[in-house]
Amino acid sequence: MPKVIIASGGSCHQFTGGKTEFELEATTFRQLVRELDQKYPGLGSHVEEAMAVAIDGEIFQDAYQVELKPGSEIVLIPKIGGG
Amino acid sequence: MNYIDTNLKVVGTRPIRPDGVDKVTGRAVFAADTRASGMLWGKILRSPHAHARIVSIDTSKAEKLHGVHAVVTAKDFPDIANEEAFVGEGPMNFRDLSLNIMARGKALYEGHALAAVAATTQAIADEALALIDVKYEVLPFVIDVEEAMADNAPVLHDDMFTGGVTPKPTKPSNIAKVVTFKKGDAEAGFKDAEVIIEGKYTTKPVHQAYIEPHACLATYSSDGQITIHSSSQGHFMVRAYTAKLLGIDLANIRCTPAEIGGGFGGKTLIYLEPVAVALSRKSGHSVKMQMTREEVFRGSGPTSGAAIDIKIGAKKDGTIVSVRQVLKFQAGAFAGSPIGPGCMCGLALYDLPNVEVIGYDVVSNRPKVAAYRAPGAPITSFAVESALDELADKLGMDPLTLRKKNAAKNGSKTHYGVTHANIGFEQVLAAVETHPHWKTPVKAGQARGLACGFWFNIGGESSASVHVNEDGSVSAATGSPDIGGSRASMGMMVAEVLGVPVPRVRTTVADTASIGFTFLTGGSRVTFATGMAVTQAAEKVVDELKKRAAMIWEIPADAVEWRDGMAFPAGSNAGAFEPLDLSAIALKAGRTGGPINAEVSVNAQGAGAGFGAHICDVSVDKETGHVTIERYTAIQDVGKAIHPSYVEGQIQGGAVQGIGWALNEEYIYNDKGQLENPGFLDYRCPVASDLPMIEAVLVEVPNPRHPFGARGVGEVPIVPPMAAIGNAIRRATGVEMHDLPMSPPKVRAALDAAGK
Repeated sequence: MPKVIIASGGSCHQFTGGKTEFELEATTFRQLVRELDQKYPGLGSHVEEAMAVAIDGEIFQDAYQVELKPGSEIVLIPKIGGG
Repeated sequence: MNYIDTNLKVVGTRPIRPDGVDKVTGRAVFAADTRASGMLWGKILRSPHAHARIVSIDTSKAEKLHGVHAVVTAKDFPDIANEEAFVGEGPMNFRDLSLNIMARGKALYEGHALAAVAATTQAIADEALALIDVKYEVLPFVIDVEEAMADNAPVLHDDMFTGGVTPKPTKPSNIAKVVTFKKGDAEAGFKDAEVIIEGKYTTKPVHQAYIEPHACLATYSSDGQITIHSSSQGHFMVRAYTAKLLGIDLANIRCTPAEIGGGFGGKTLIYLEPVAVALSRKSGHSVKMQMTREEVFRGSGPTSGAAIDIKIGAKKDGTIVSVRQVLKFQAGAFAGSPIGPGCMCGLALYDLPNVEVIGYDVVSNRPKVAAYRAPGAPITSFAVESALDELADKLGMDPLTLRKKNAAKNGSKTHYGVTHANIGFEQVLAAVETHPHWKTPVKAGQARGLACGFWFNIGGESSASVHVNEDGSVSAATGSPDIGGSRASMGMMVAEVLGVPVPRVRTTVADTASIGFTFLTGGSRVTFATGMAVTQAAEKVVDELKKRAAMIWEIPADAVEWRDGMAFPAGSNAGAFEPLDLSAIALKAGRTGGPINAEVSVNAQGAGAGFGAHICDVSVDKETGHVTIERYTAIQDVGKAIHPSYVEGQIQGGAVQGIGWALNEEYIYNDKGQLENPGFLDYRCPVASDLPMIEAVLVEVPNPRHPFGARGVGEVPIVPPMAAIGNAIRRATGVEMHDLPMSPPKVRAALDAAGK
């Protein structure tokens, strides 16, 4: 199962009650978002709107189409803008 | 298709810039150059107080003034809920944005907009502003970030409770949120350290200081259709934000980008456009607004100032074993400083086992901050890169060797969880080591500093189209405002794919009704993301050209190949035909299926991070405290430079802005919280005569996710200068410089304090 790691100590912990690592059954990022919402209501939507994700080391700002492998590491980080 | 290892004929060359003549002759049309029939002038009344409750606003006298056609206040804008909304541009708290463009209930900084008028002349508009009677209850204010965090500080927002802490606070605070990043065990790491250094650093808010003030022209037609011409980093952003703040459908707003006289992040949000639309709706006329330089300083966003504490522990051989950093960022009057990137960027350059970073987003009575090149990164890197130099000294180690020893490489896992891939930091440091500047002994009376910088770079949504004209010339269009030369680089990528000379391709920036959605120009994304879209569009056109040639030759399309701007039979079996160039195929376009064009929209991922290192030689006049930059070299991994001159220009520009941040720029407030230096005479940006030529050195480690290997370049170069200069000053004087700006009085004071 892909492993989800919350890197930002701020905005996601409110949904998970402070839990920073957990595993979810998902084969795509879209499915992962749904599973996040199911496990921690509101977290999936929050991730979609305010977070970027690093999947196996690479940052994706929007990544429905990205496939997840068993053992994929998904890190939730704040969305990145720029000047 | 990937072109990284192919024999490129256009990409990597230096054609003459397509917008150069118009810009140097003054023909280029900026937002302030736009006019409309029956146009009125819009002007804004701004708060003279840093913090005040608005008791009442009486506009009756202004409305009666001859020549005044409309007056608006916050009552003319819908109430926006306090929530982050998503309208295609990313999350934005539209309540805050609405309150920032027109104060409601309280004025939160000197310069906060209170009301606006539209009149036939600028003089009448000014006269009308003076007739608006505002009654205030003046409140205590707070400017400094650490003072704003104090328990007894005046609170700006009664409904702001610090986020990111448990249990949820019950008392309102100026601390909007706390963010934490951890890797390993920082405390345990320090126990293993053989050398520890600690320091506190401060930076001042600095303005992006774009030469062109904000300006727009808005027309609200009687049928509800709206046109806006404005200067911004994203006309789709202008459309989305204006629509949201006024409750208007996106389809009713058409935004046309004007030439932009600089943005650097400061034009990634809006100030004037909704106000101009509201005035136009009320008056029935087109309304033009343009800020004065003073208004730009008082009313638009600088980047954050900050206070940073840092502690680094290392082994005697220079291996860093632990880092702890606490960053307090000013957000201005509304939450939203770049504290997230601030927490992530400074330590992303190094392979560190134990890290703890805590960041605070703090409001105070100053203008709401806006993005500024690599938002947050220069601030955190000033502390990190300065502290690293002090650590190198303490270890008796060369500062480059210390950085090489700890440098992040492919596979290094950052403290925010991302694993670096395809990065070129080691190559950048190798280029420092072999560069003549680094190898040349420091001249007598001078000292040398080194510092490094990082920025993620981003991708995102972009649209582009490529059209083959009837004569075989090519028109390309994108939705990305051209800030750093994107018309040139887009045209070059199209020319490379089509195999035609650059002058055969002309690139424009299309308005919001003429091209698909395109995210704003920022985050160093356009060459990467829009470049990907325009390359794919050109490839689709090539596919179509091959089909048309096949039709003319009456052979299968896969029996045609495209090279050097012409269709050839793919081999002798395909038949013997004279090659057909673009002109020949375009001439028969009507007979072979109609116009030849393609539009592509992408959401580009995998932008590829950027790394840079700057070397700086300074001399310090110990009598006056004046610092002279004697020599400056900026080395950066740029992936693949599409047009090297523009890339060098980006690097030089970023370095110069960082030098200004380091040496001079700051906001000076009086005891009433009013800004005392809102102009370029007293807010001292560096000019050409202050500086030597900045040498830009391009390291090219291709980004495999881009067809030509490009990665963003515009953000990284502003990150290293403050620490590079501070490190050089420290070596020149023996005095640690922990506070920006390192202006003559500050340097002289530091020398005095050290008894030098």
